[in-house]
Amino acid sequence: MTLATTLFPSGWAHFLSGGLLIGAGVALLFALTGRVGGMSTVFSSSWSWLVKSPYFLQQRYTESRSWRLIYAAGLVLGAALWLLLVDGSTPQTTHVPAWKLLLGGVLVGYGARLGNGCTSGHGICGLGSLQWPSLLAVLTFMGTAFASANLIGRWL
Amino acid sequence: MSQRHHPSISQAIATLASGMLFGFGLALSTMIQPEAVLEFLRFENFGLMLVMGGAVLVTMVAYKGLPRVRSKPLLGGQFQQHASHWNRDTAVGAAIFGLGWGLCGVCPGPAIAALGVGNWDLLYALAGIALGALVQGVNKLS
Repeated sequence: MTLATTLFPSGWAHFLSGGLLIGAGVALLFALTGRVGGMSTVFSSSWSWLVKSPYFLQQRYTESRSWRLIYAAGLVLGAALWLLLVDGSTPQTTHVPAWKLLLGGVLVGYGARLGNGCTSGHGICGLGSLQWPSLLAVLTFMGTAFASANLIGRWL
Repeated sequence: MSQRHHPSISQAIATLASGMLFGFGLALSTMIQPEAVLEFLRFENFGLMLVMGGAVLVTMVAYKGLPRVRSKPLLGGQFQQHASHWNRDTAVGAAIFGLGWGLCGVCPGPAIAALGVGNWDLLYALAGIALGALVQGVNKLS
């Protein structure tokens, strides 16, 4: 068994090309509009349409909520295009139980918004602009994610 | 002034197209499959390092290079910067985010993109993330 098949048992090309395309999306958004496109903010900015509280009505949410929702719609369309062009239109499913998705999701949403960024906000945009607070955030969430995936995830 | 609230059509199309590249990349790289993310977090497949590395590389070239060769974005406006800060909220938030990510294998981008491939199970994660963001915002008031 070579090192490559040990590290990447399902191949490596789709990972690298997918990553380059994700980066191309963030780069294109910046080149054309100057916007910094992390994905977790849309979950707060969209609430500003429904919840009229001072927190959600901050300018940074109300000013960006339209384009963030359009950006999110693009994510859905892009993934649908992949399904049509590459995967032969077989809708995907997951074996992760609903309660893990829901509980994990609540922690992901709460944590990403409290920490002002997720895998794309701190990971791609933050590291891409060489910001050390984002590097610390990435190291922190990678650490707790490794712990919960290996410990909690295996026991339950 | 009104342009901020009603972005021009060309900016909307540019934003949609950028999101489509992002979403296509998430699907191609299997980031939208919780199983693939959990495999990585359990050290069984290191492919996600390539996803992150590739995405950061291209983003870095754009963020660091474009403002040097152009004074403003192609469709006008200005190159924005989103400064990140290291404080208690960032540390606690990142730690909680990681706990959840390791439990479900879904982060915000893939939760949204999964709708495009008909993976309706991930609606649980999407609803959870929206709920978590709501609780954080409501909590911030008190």
